Amino acid sequence: MSSNATAVTLHKCAKTFEDGTRALDPVDLAVEGGETVVLLGPSGCGKTTLLRIVAGLENPDKSGEVWFNNDDVTELPIEKRNVGMVFQSYALFPNMTVAENVAYGLRVRRMSKPEIEARVLEMLKMMRITELSNRNIDQLSGGQRQRVALARAIAVRPRVLLLDEPLTALDALLRERLRVEIDSLLRSLAITSIYVTHDQAEAMALGDRIVVMSKGKIVQTGSPREIYNTPKNSFVADFIGTVNRIPSALINGIGTPKGHDLVFRPEDAEIVEKSSGQFNGKVVNSFFLGDRIRLIVDCGAPEHITIESFQRDVIEEGDEISIRVHQDRFLEIN
Amino acid sequence: MRRPKIFYGQLFFTLVVCAFLIVPAILSALAGVTENFFVGLKSGFTFRWIVEVWELYSETIYLSLLIAVFCLIINLFIGVPAAYSLARIGGRTARIVEEMIVLPVAIPGLAIALALIIMYGGFRDFRTSWSFILVGHVLYTLPFMVRSVLAVLTSTNFKILEEGAASLGAPFWHRFINVVLPNAKPGILAGSLMVITLSVGEFNLTWMLHTPMTKTLPVGLADSYASMRLEVASAYTLVFFVMIVPLLIAMQLLAKSQRQPKKLIQDEDAH
Repeated sequence: MSSNATAVTLHKCAKTFEDGTRALDPVDLAVEGGETVVLLGPSGCGKTTLLRIVAGLENPDKSGEVWFNNDDVTELPIEKRNVGMVFQSYALFPNMTVAENVAYGLRVRRMSKPEIEARVLEMLKMMRITELSNRNIDQLSGGQRQRVALARAIAVRPRVLLLDEPLTALDALLRERLRVEIDSLLRSLAITSIYVTHDQAEAMALGDRIVVMSKGKIVQTGSPREIYNTPKNSFVADFIGTVNRIPSALINGIGTPKGHDLVFRPEDAEIVEKSSGQFNGKVVNSFFLGDRIRLIVDCGAPEHITIESFQRDVIEEGDEISIRVHQDRFLEIN
Repeated sequence: MRRPKIFYGQLFFTLVVCAFLIVPAILSALAGVTENFFVGLKSGFTFRWIVEVWELYSETIYLSLLIAVFCLIINLFIGVPAAYSLARIGGRTARIVEEMIVLPVAIPGLAIALALIIMYGGFRDFRTSWSFILVGHVLYTLPFMVRSVLAVLTSTNFKILEEGAASLGAPFWHRFINVVLPNAKPGILAGSLMVITLSVGEFNLTWMLHTPMTKTLPVGLADSYASMRLEVASAYTLVFFVMIVPLLIAMQLLAKSQRQPKKLIQDEDAH
């Protein structure tokens, strides 16, 4: 973590809109300098509102505070906060070429022409779009626009980089590819970043820390590993990855917590001999995914459970199987 | 592709209707360059009527152009910011204000002229100057500029563009001039052409407001039909056409270039 990077602190920030909608309940958030924090949640959970409060596009309700390091920026409009922002729709200027778009923030800062040219070239090289320099925006593909938006945002060397679902508008393959690039870009820049998404795979891949939100509140904060392995409640457990629930009545008492539902992840289930299984089930659906099989199993629980197995056995619909989950793979949630 | 018979029927019908409208105009224009209208082309081709029009009415032509230009300038300074504000505010307030701006188009020009005379007739100097007519023209043309710019603004999602520019540090003026205006340009251009064309051709309002010292081209035209030889009046009409038709063509070309979608590169190679 860079020592001169900007730490972002939010104190009791809430947001109620003019029409009465309560988008955000009072939240506190502390982002360390150089850290990448991902705000993750379903639509309407308040993550974009929170991002816009950090940006300065929205003001928090009274008594909310936004601090960049030791500066109180709550009253500063976005123009004065020196943030870089990448929007979901990129917000590229159609009346300018790629180079002019990237140069815009530098022009505003009245940098000299040679300085601007040098910085623009540096940015285009970093995003590998030098050949697009004189193209018009409407001649670019989605992935190219994404890179221009990033180049434009970081050209001004912002204190904080804010990204609002930048990959949502792209197709799945492009998203995965760009996700990796953005990850290495953020790491190499060592800039404090706040990234908003509803895609949990994206959040896990990019975030140093994930902030899971729901209905205007922060539900859990932690590293991807913490969030995945120790979700605080069923909302988080369900939102990140898949989770299975088996009522304790169906379970043979070998190594299971007494009286609790058995909650576990699909990949933590082992298909075993009938004698060592904790519960049994009948395979309803079987999907061969190449490196593993995914089974939908009916074991008498209210919902079918999902199991992922890397074992090479051929298991088909209609098969009766026995399942065991290792003791320390249970999730403790209410 | 072989065209069905009905196509030719429709084409013929359209041409007949067009002829119905255009032929009288052409005859009128022709009259302006013949020696004697009642004799027809046989009497000879001449420019003397046009020369006479120029000697008699050149001032009205200049005044029309002057008023049109000033009308445009005022429209740009009032109309464009108004359209921007309406686009930003949005919602019901904006719609109500927009309807109020459009009102002068719905009310007969004579009624507006009367209202202006009643309100400001007492100010002698104002009443007898060409700026009085200018006021009427601005009232009448403002909705066209505002509507035109508003339409373009609402279709380009300029609010996000402004947020993008603001995030890069641009204060209001910088992003208004460098981001909002260039993207509103098609609307401003279309609105400008419309304003000039409407102002040059405006009659109802101007007829009521004019004095012998402040005649515009259409008013002079009516005057010449009432009191001059038919050939002179026709020559005057010809001059008017020569001024207006290029403007109309320019408007058409501009509208056409707006409607053509720009080419997009397909997303086949994921960059």
